[in-house]
Amino acid sequence: MLNKNLNLIIVVFTIIGLSFWIGLNINLLPKEASINAPIYDELFKILFIIGLILFIGMTLIVIYSLFKFRRKKGQLGDGIALEGNLSLEILWTVIPSVVVLLVGLYSYNIYDRMGGMKELNHNHHMIDNNSEKIWAGISQKSNTQLSTNNVNIEVSAMQFAFLFNYPDGDFISGELHVPVDEEISIKMESKDVIHAFWVPEFRIKQDIIPGQPTILNFTPTRVGKYPIICAELCGPYHGGMRASIIVEELSDYEQWFNKNRKTEV
Amino acid sequence: MTISIEPENKKQESIQPKGWLKYFSFSLDHKVIGIQYLICGFVFYLVGGTLASAIRIELASPMSDFMPRDVYNQVLTLHGTIMIFLWIVPVVNGAFGNYLIPFYVGARDMAFPRLNAVAFWLIPPSGLMLIFSYFIDGAAQAGWTAYPPLSITTPQSGQIIWILSVLLLGGSSIFGGINFIATILKLRRPGLKLMQLPMYCWAMLGTSILVVLSTPVLAGTLILLSFDIVANTGFFNPVLGGNVVVYQHLFWFYSHPAVYIMVLPAFGLVSEILPIHCRKPLFGYSTMVFSIMGIVVLGLVVWAHHMFTSGTPPWMRLFFTIATAFIAVPTGIKFFNWVATMWGGRISINSAILFSCGFIINFVFGGITGVALAQVPFDIHVHDTYFVVAHFHYIVYGGSVFVIFSSIYHWFPKVTGKLLNEKLGILHFVITFVGFNLCFAPQHWLGLNGMPRRVAEYDPQFQFVNQISSVGALLMAISTIPFLVNIFISIAKGKKAGDNPWNALTPEWLTSSPPPVENWEGEAPLVKEPYGYGESITN
Amino acid sequence: MTSLDTSKELNKKDKGIEEGHEDFRLFGLITFLIADGMTFAGFFAAYLTYKAVNPLPDGAIYELELPIPTLNTILLLISSATFHKASKSLLNKKNNDSQRWLLFTALLGIIFLVCQLFEYFNLPFSLTDNLFASTFYALTGFHGLHVTLGTLMILIISWQVRSNGGRLSHLNMFPLEAVELYWHFVDGIWVILFIILYLL
Repeated sequence: MLNKNLNLIIVVFTIIGLSFWIGLNINLLPKEASINAPIYDELFKILFIIGLILFIGMTLIVIYSLFKFRRKKGQLGDGIALEGNLSLEILWTVIPSVVVLLVGLYSYNIYDRMGGMKELNHNHHMIDNNSEKIWAGISQKSNTQLSTNNVNIEVSAMQFAFLFNYPDGDFISGELHVPVDEEISIKMESKDVIHAFWVPEFRIKQDIIPGQPTILNFTPTRVGKYPIICAELCGPYHGGMRASIIVEELSDYEQWFNKNRKTEV
Repeated sequence: MTISIEPENKKQESIQPKGWLKYFSFSLDHKVIGIQYLICGFVFYLVGGTLASAIRIELASPMSDFMPRDVYNQVLTLHGTIMIFLWIVPVVNGAFGNYLIPFYVGARDMAFPRLNAVAFWLIPPSGLMLIFSYFIDGAAQAGWTAYPPLSITTPQSGQIIWILSVLLLGGSSIFGGINFIATILKLRRPGLKLMQLPMYCWAMLGTSILVVLSTPVLAGTLILLSFDIVANTGFFNPVLGGNVVVYQHLFWFYSHPAVYIMVLPAFGLVSEILPIHCRKPLFGYSTMVFSIMGIVVLGLVVWAHHMFTSGTPPWMRLFFTIATAFIAVPTGIKFFNWVATMWGGRISINSAILFSCGFIINFVFGGITGVALAQVPFDIHVHDTYFVVAHFHYIVYGGSVFVIFSSIYHWFPKVTGKLLNEKLGILHFVITFVGFNLCFAPQHWLGLNGMPRRVAEYDPQFQFVNQISSVGALLMAISTIPFLVNIFISIAKGKKAGDNPWNALTPEWLTSSPPPVENWEGEAPLVKEPYGYGESITN
Repeated sequence: MTSLDTSKELNKKDKGIEEGHEDFRLFGLITFLIADGMTFAGFFAAYLTYKAVNPLPDGAIYELELPIPTLNTILLLISSATFHKASKSLLNKKNNDSQRWLLFTALLGIIFLVCQLFEYFNLPFSLTDNLFASTFYALTGFHGLHVTLGTLMILIISWQVRSNGGRLSHLNMFPLEAVELYWHFVDGIWVILFIILYLL
């Protein structure tokens, strides 16, 4: 009996240990390039480990049962007439409820740290018309303001391209250039159908819905060139609707900005 | 005392065609209608599978080189619509529901046989209409979700035919749902209590409640969408002041429950199959019933988790996260109960049990990614990517379709009186299981790393993983061959099964195989313990 | 007494109802009406969301005149009562009375439809003018379709309750009961529609 329990404990701990090892050592996600990304990856790791424990556990039980309790040749008769076990059933109602609740609270915490629970201030300089409805994507700063730096970008999405308007420089670019380590607010509008603005390395995505200008905030943390991908079916060339976001040092960004600007301040 | 009354269809049987021809007639016999649903559904499964193969061929290379881009969008729209509305929903509900429910409640037919036949005969024409819309001006190409304004701006004829076809299929589904509710609640054999019904009845009751409550909302929404397309109204057209997010809310109010409409009956079928082949009672009957009803209630209030990136306000995101994650609890109960049913049993290793176990493993995986997807911050990165594609194929293919195959192996002897070949069956299982996981498991990685769904072209760095996925799809296509061969060979010269090859206790086995037109020669048996297996009873 | 029982049995047998069960056709109809009600619920939800979220363009008129819809509400409420009378008369084997009440109900339904059309022609907006107009026409139109169907069914029923050779009698009440239930449902939906669309 003791031996049996010991075996069970060994198996359970091996599964848990293995799940932790896999969860902590196998990276399934792309590079982290915004302050959202490490927070996201933390959540991903936790969910991945919990999921692995459950999945490996269930799979092993199913396969074990198939071997252990299979009908051998010439064997007659039934299994045991066990119709249920109330305490077991309560146990596997309560434990998943607790796990789900904890995961929910934890992901709420993550969401809050990403700035998801913030209502955006509607009286910002980017919004000309006060009565206009602004739909908030995830923001990041702890204050309720949009970013107040001078990086002012308007994104228009259309079939099948993104255009980036820099109103301060009065020019339109096909690439999105942003300075690193600055909080960027972009105002996105769609000219025709629903598109989505997705940067996998930033772990952010926001639908761009016609008729609903949307603000999206993010803070890039790593210099480099990353893809901007349209993630909502928008027509035949949906797969080709991509652009690049170029994150560069502030001085490089300013150099690029000044080279492209049309008006002198 | 009950006076035995001749059911009306006996009279008609004499004028109805005999043999295989009856499956092409307007038969009122629930068994014939069930088989009609199954065969019709399987034909559409082959069509949908061909379309899936076309998608995987296109995606084997990063360029859009196999078919024109707009045709690709038509193919993925048709694939989704056909697989959902013409294969899984009609088969797990219509086919098995019609065949089994009257047996389970001890009736000779469904409550409304004529309505039942009408419900079935709505399906083939609307399916054909959908497919042939391709030849008019191209089929619908806005995805099976038909989000406006894309669905308003794409060629109209395809989209209108799509709407008409889905409306008819929705009507068929509602008629079926009404019939199932009436049959289960009102047509039970006297003396049979609700809590003595086999679990599939509960699953179908829950499913039918979802069908009746949510499908009409989809119908209404599609009517409004069709007004936008043909009458130039602006319900969902932002140019005319409309609101596209309202469409998404209304659409998902149906289409999330639709997932449960596809998996709840599958849960019920597995609950029938496992106890018989494990020779053990179903573990935790009453918790199973409560968990089904829990899923029904929760399933109606989680729809907005499909819209986390659509600019939904934070409180709404939070509410739908919690509600969605909690569906995992009743669902988890069912899986623990099934595993407990297997534990300590005398499991006959056959194709039916293997497909059921494959279902458990796949669905647990899909359920785990589902709970992850319910978390707003997690979903924001992977929404509308191949991660989601992989997740829902684990639910609807790894879940429902595996159960459909399991059920076919289990009930084939009932319908034909012949056994299916076990060697071919196990071969079918192995190829399907390997192919399925090879096809869809790598797609999780694709989604996490930046491949959106519904694209004909992608970043070349994803080519290798996409090719693995395509090989898996090829295996899935091949797996149909041993299955079809098995079916035809076994119908022609399969081993005689006898009336009750599995020694089952559920009522459908307590008659001859194949059953007579009236289901039982005499009075319907009163089965108070459909899962009364186990040593204490047989020894 | 015995002959009456037998005729009931025969009747049931004719309708394919299994022995030992009550008549569950009304139950099926109720389930269908719940489904139908959900369609309306979807429309109402869309209407209320639009009203809360989507402001109308400047100059759009969405004030509705009340007299005609109020009259229509009264008409439908009366018609529910007259239908009830018809079914009571049939139960008391007064087929002619029943037929008269049914025809009166159908007349009320037709007047309702005429009033509705009159309202349509006198409204300052048309279907595609703005979101409010579209939703207004969709809701009232969908309801009007139900009234039209109901009126047609009432006319058919009123032909069938005729005393010489009609199919319906106090022994075969189901078609009449079904249409009555449907008619009450349509009236109920109108009251909700009236409150949401005109009064709120």
